[in-house]
Amino acid sequence: MRYLPLTQADRASMLETIGAGSVDDLYCDVPEGALLKEPVDLPHHLGEMQVERDMAKLAAKNMGTASAPSFLGAGAYRHHVPATVDYIIQRGEFLTAYTPYQPEIAQGTLQYLFEFQTQVASITNMDVANASMWDGATSCAEAVLMACRATRRKKAVLSGGLHPHYREVTETYCQYSDTQVAGRDGHPEHQATADELDDLIDDQTACVVVQYPDVFGRLDDHTKLAEACHAKGALLVVVFTEAVAFGAIKSPGSFGADIVCGEGQSIGNALGYGGPYVGLFATTSKLVRQMPGRLCGETVDQDGKRGFVLTLSTREQHIRREKATSNICTNSGLCSLAFTVHMSLLGEDGYRKLAAINHERAVKTADALEGVAGVEVVNDSFFNEFTVKLSKPAAEVVEALVARGIMGGVPLSRLYPNRDDLGAFMLVAATETNTDEDIAALAAALKEVLA
Amino acid sequence: MTFQTHTGNRGLVLEEKLIFEQGEAGRSGVDLPDPAPVKSRLGGLARDENSEIGLPGLSEPQVVRHFTRLSQKNFGIDSGFFPLGSCTMKHNPRLNEKVARLPGIADLHPMQPESTVQGALELMDQCAHWLLVLTGMPAVAMSPASGAQGELCGMMAIRAALDARGENRRRVLVPESAHGTNPATAAACGFTVDSIPATADGRVDLAAFEAKLGDDVAGIMLTNPNTCGLFERDVRKIADLVHAAGGYFYCDGANFNAIVGRVRPADLGVDAMHINLHKTFSTPHGGGGPGSGPVVFSEALAPFAPIPYVVKTENGFHLVETADEQDGKKPFGRLKGFHGQMGMFVRALSYMKSHGADGLRQASGDAVLNANYLLARLKTKLSVAYPGYCMHEALFDDDFLKGTGVSTLDLAKAIIDEGFHPMTMYFPLVVHGALLIEPTETETKESIDQFCDAVLSLVAKAEAGDSEFFKNAPYLTPRRRLDETAAARKPVLRWSPANA
Repeated sequence: MRYLPLTQADRASMLETIGAGSVDDLYCDVPEGALLKEPVDLPHHLGEMQVERDMAKLAAKNMGTASAPSFLGAGAYRHHVPATVDYIIQRGEFLTAYTPYQPEIAQGTLQYLFEFQTQVASITNMDVANASMWDGATSCAEAVLMACRATRRKKAVLSGGLHPHYREVTETYCQYSDTQVAGRDGHPEHQATADELDDLIDDQTACVVVQYPDVFGRLDDHTKLAEACHAKGALLVVVFTEAVAFGAIKSPGSFGADIVCGEGQSIGNALGYGGPYVGLFATTSKLVRQMPGRLCGETVDQDGKRGFVLTLSTREQHIRREKATSNICTNSGLCSLAFTVHMSLLGEDGYRKLAAINHERAVKTADALEGVAGVEVVNDSFFNEFTVKLSKPAAEVVEALVARGIMGGVPLSRLYPNRDDLGAFMLVAATETNTDEDIAALAAALKEVLA
Repeated sequence: MTFQTHTGNRGLVLEEKLIFEQGEAGRSGVDLPDPAPVKSRLGGLARDENSEIGLPGLSEPQVVRHFTRLSQKNFGIDSGFFPLGSCTMKHNPRLNEKVARLPGIADLHPMQPESTVQGALELMDQCAHWLLVLTGMPAVAMSPASGAQGELCGMMAIRAALDARGENRRRVLVPESAHGTNPATAAACGFTVDSIPATADGRVDLAAFEAKLGDDVAGIMLTNPNTCGLFERDVRKIADLVHAAGGYFYCDGANFNAIVGRVRPADLGVDAMHINLHKTFSTPHGGGGPGSGPVVFSEALAPFAPIPYVVKTENGFHLVETADEQDGKKPFGRLKGFHGQMGMFVRALSYMKSHGADGLRQASGDAVLNANYLLARLKTKLSVAYPGYCMHEALFDDDFLKGTGVSTLDLAKAIIDEGFHPMTMYFPLVVHGALLIEPTETETKESIDQFCDAVLSLVAKAEAGDSEFFKNAPYLTPRRRLDETAAARKPVLRWSPANA
């Protein structure tokens, strides 16, 4: 087996040094009958060529977004990832390193985490950010738990514009910690405003969670909501699923948000059928010690040179055990590196321009679809994703578009399987990867399907 | 010979500023087309054109050089021997990276119609099948993002099962040697944690465990092989006792790599166990993630597994994404956006297919053999924590350093100068000044010998009274010991122009 270097001669001589007769002898503590004498019922080892062939066969059964015009969003977005990103993250010193517990030989990881934290804090316009979470949905759940700790309250109000997966994960995390989750169902034709959530906020409310842009693609100024929260001693959590947006829209920090968290996949990370992704998590200096997850901080070494270490670990499970702020152990290291490299390539100008192009592509797509009979663009405002109302059930339309070689959007029935009132709606996202031809093809195919 | 260079660089050890200290306005590492002018539909929320976000501008070659230089300040498995106990730093095959990037895998959107992702669902199903056969368990939840979330998944299933039985059991028994995530997880699920002491031979004290059982006990969280690198020889009795008391057996499967292909957790009475794909099945650790922590379940807990999950129907593979689907299951909820760490399933499946049933068995055997060889070589000088053979890792206490003025930490830092990544230090907490050493199966006898020779020579140096040498190690690294106290006292967590 190509990964296993020991020879039979090695094994024999090592057993002799140990003073054991066989490898089985080393398993002497395994209870009677539980030690298998033969390999389990699975195929035996394969060479690299055969494995690659097997895996390629599975891949070939799928229709990838690179092979068809694709307008899918709903929390995961197809963006161009520069070749440099994948080259850097495959360098063995990054790929095969561990969590930087020995900072003298992990300054590479630690410095990029410090840069990552700075980038995330900058685009959200918050004071500080952590070294990443598992994904956007778990970041949202952890934000609610953090708000409960910080306010010593046990109620969270979730906006109807929050992605259903984020809501479900938050509810799952809260259900066994006596935390009440309140909120209203969302609808693409009824915008959740500060006024609508206002009456749910009381002096037991730890936080209000809104998504910006929301799951239907709409934009709303949450300054008043932040004020309403703060008036009741609650925190405002602003969640996002599209990290490119802040190159074009007002930052959540400018609303007065206390926690800003969401999905960082859009920058540097492949779609990869939903994971691994990278959760971004930012907050104010005041709340930093309540933050979950790993944090990297600046310090000096014994020669006085600047260096970086993991810090504030007294919040964490390996020190605090059952009193920790979270059970989180790892972060999304390599995905945060991909984010950092891509963001470094973009820079101020590139990031803003990328956002501008995304908006332009989405406006062009919306304009094209508005000209198709049976399609109504619902949104008044959007960044790179919007909701359309169709004259036929959206799930069937999506299948009919696939038959024409186009992935046209995400039917809301996929995200809300129990909501009969949303069957006609479809989410459409456009990014810099969508060409004029893609947009024309989508409009033409929709015209056929809805005729 | 030591002297100061003009640049601060020392040959191949290159100083590197933060990107924020080398960017220039107007530079960029990407060429993007100018967007056509359109009527903004941002609803009046366009960001102020004149306010800076604060991102530095760098060209592509600057970015490549920056991150290449940073990478050279890191130690990875590719760099050298990395015997970090309880972390399983084994070889990460590049084939797995290659297949994860195949078109039809890397470019799949998680919300594509099922008809377009049959290969992806089949891949998840195949990965699940391997895990089920290797553990002997009837069900698996693939979605947990990491080992810690796998624990959460298992303990939430136990909560849900107890709720379904209408029982208000809230006490969870956790050995004091457990990883910190165990008690943190139990607390996150609303349980209280009750510690079980260990015996003098590093296993659960069966009598103490039995005495703690009662009708308020939800279950036990037991790592096996345990964090001391030992197989819990009473594991079946523990399972029987906890079951008889009406509780469940959560097994922390972090150390499954020691027994994969040789012992099936189902045969030990396990109800739930997470598997760290980044340990046993060698998906890259990536400097701290992403991980992946599928959880296998017994029949008793299987109905409570979270959404989503893949089922095989006559029309192909189907992804169940709602708890309301009428198939007799009672999922406790959802743990993650979308469907889990697909990229890790691809790599793990590629690894499992490469090894096969025979190779996985060989891998666990070689891991245990390497650890026992290292144990045999080092116990001539180092003090073993517990007697007998170990599993995949060897544990020592710091008794052998007594009177030398050298601590476990000092020894670890001196090992860095010898060109190795140190062992895990001060974990598990039950052993004084613990040194936990896990060589893994992908190391040669020669590299283990070289490591042992180096450690033995350092121990001889410590015994000779040269503690000053150790206090100041490491000497040869890009940075020397860092002031962690200062970092925590006045945290600087981001670059800003003010502290430049």
